[in-house]
Amino acid sequence: MSAAFVVGVLVAAGVFLLLRPGLLRVVLGFVLLGHAVNVVLLAAGGLGRRTAALEEVGPDTADPLPQAFVLTAIVITFGITIHLLGLLRRGAGGPTSGADPTGGGSGTESTDETDDTDTGGDDTGGNGTVGRRR
Amino acid sequence: MSGLLLIPVVGPLLVAGVLLALPGRTRLHRVGALATMAVVLVTGLVLLVRTSGGALTVLRVGGWPGPIAISLAADAFSALLVTVTALVVLCCLVSAVGSGDDRRPYFLPLVLVLSAGASGAFLTTDLFNLFVLIEVMLVPSYVLLSLAGGAGRGGAGRVYVATNLLGSTLLLAGVALVYGTTGVVGLGDLAGAARDEPTVAVACGVVLLALGVKSALVPLHDWLPRTYPVASPVVVALFSGLLTKVGLYAVIRIYAVVYGGDPAYHWLLGAVALLSMVVGVLGAVGEDSMRRILTFHMVSQLGYVLLGLALFTAAGLAAAVYYLAQYILVKAALFLCAAAVRTGRGTDRLDGSGGLAGQRPALALAFAGAALSLAGLPPFSGFLAKFLLLRATAETGAWLAMTVAVLVSLVTLLSMLKIWSALFTGDPPASSTVAKRIGPNLVGPPLVLAGLSLAAGLAAQPLLVVADTAAAGLRDPAGYVRAVTGR
Repeated sequence: MSAAFVVGVLVAAGVFLLLRPGLLRVVLGFVLLGHAVNVVLLAAGGLGRRTAALEEVGPDTADPLPQAFVLTAIVITFGITIHLLGLLRRGAGGPTSGADPTGGGSGTESTDETDDTDTGGDDTGGNGTVGRRR
Repeated sequence: MSGLLLIPVVGPLLVAGVLLALPGRTRLHRVGALATMAVVLVTGLVLLVRTSGGALTVLRVGGWPGPIAISLAADAFSALLVTVTALVVLCCLVSAVGSGDDRRPYFLPLVLVLSAGASGAFLTTDLFNLFVLIEVMLVPSYVLLSLAGGAGRGGAGRVYVATNLLGSTLLLAGVALVYGTTGVVGLGDLAGAARDEPTVAVACGVVLLALGVKSALVPLHDWLPRTYPVASPVVVALFSGLLTKVGLYAVIRIYAVVYGGDPAYHWLLGAVALLSMVVGVLGAVGEDSMRRILTFHMVSQLGYVLLGLALFTAAGLAAAVYYLAQYILVKAALFLCAAAVRTGRGTDRLDGSGGLAGQRPALALAFAGAALSLAGLPPFSGFLAKFLLLRATAETGAWLAMTVAVLVSLVTLLSMLKIWSALFTGDPPASSTVAKRIGPNLVGPPLVLAGLSLAAGLAAQPLLVVADTAAAGLRDPAGYVRAVTGR
């Protein structure tokens, strides 16, 4: 029950952050969603079973498999979070021209490489966040 | 001999590690990457020959027992896809030499990791390793997408990463739910579980939803045409051959094994398939660059493969497997043509002037072959694939699906003719706009791939045998389950 509650709160907070403008909030939202999924994985192994897995096997022995899953998932989420933060930082350094904040129009043209104008909606938002932070 | 299964997964990873430790030596990187992919291709062919009779090759890494072991298994379907994707990667690497993509730092090691992840996802037998290997494949793709793109790649890169991260989170949650409801994640242990237990069906539905995001099925397709066209055409060719196809492969495998082809969901798959076909092909009509048009057609063509799965008859599944294999080749050929056009002209937009057919007859030939195959005209493989699929559809009496499939092919042909008339016919542009020469290593790969499409259409028998074996394995997964679980 407590696991379900924790997952619910984490997912709600994560989705809220994902829907906010600004890439930094999106990154934090994904971090929270990742945590929520990790709790789901742990709960899938049964939270009531608390005895260490390497001692004798009984009904209370913890299931080691979900723990291994969570460990793997944490590593992957961590790596991708770093990559997202790197994208955020590079976006903060570069110019924002040519980006279409609505994320829609493919008809607008920029100077060279003209076929690449259809960008995501969070471009200016991301820079705005970093700007405020400074 | 089951150690062969490690080569497509571990080989490229090891070589990528070595190449990363030796930066800046372009020639060494090229030789290393090409040799590795050639070895993977040969391995795939050997596996294909061994499995084409219906036999399976299974490997439990380290000899661990049952549910703990990381196990890899090749049946005809997996082996076919490993072979085809290795071939596509090889062709893309040759094209990357011509277009200059592979001189960007880390390009070749990243491609090798991408290929390792894709091969691993085709060979793995449990859901959690599927998640891990899809991540192995996606992480280099995040970098590749923004490495060689044009303006706007930052924003598209963020959309791409965010969408795929959401999909991965969903996939992991689905795996957790499957583990929570059944206590196993191995496909063999889960065989038929979703058909018998509604809770498992829901948990597995979350996995399929996540895979639907990754394979860009309508209504989850919106990220694909937004993000792919900003990458360099060679990278898009790689992505089109590997990324979405892994998602589709996993959908087919999971539906066949875990759901046991449960007829209760055929209408849903059929609806998604028809929607994907129509939305993708109509989206392409309004686009004005080669990469954008081809990217929308990816969505549409995936619908055809899914239609074969939705029928879930022996003929339908065989058609789906044949369709998927030949489509990967054809689409890579088209994107590599786009790479050649873009290298030669500096852009692949359609409003520049044409005349490429006179200047580059070999490139025009490659494009014409691949485009006709995509639209489904004889004697190319696309015709045979569509014919098999339509025949299977007619057998089940799904006339609506048949009508939609034929109409969508016509509109596909329209799009291909649009590219042809804009870029290949007409007067060549003024000499100042011809930026670079289109070398043989840019024309060769698409020509080879288009030739293979022709060969797969004219001498289809070996491929059809493999497709039939794969379809039999999907329709009755008992043999796969027995081999994977070892019981």
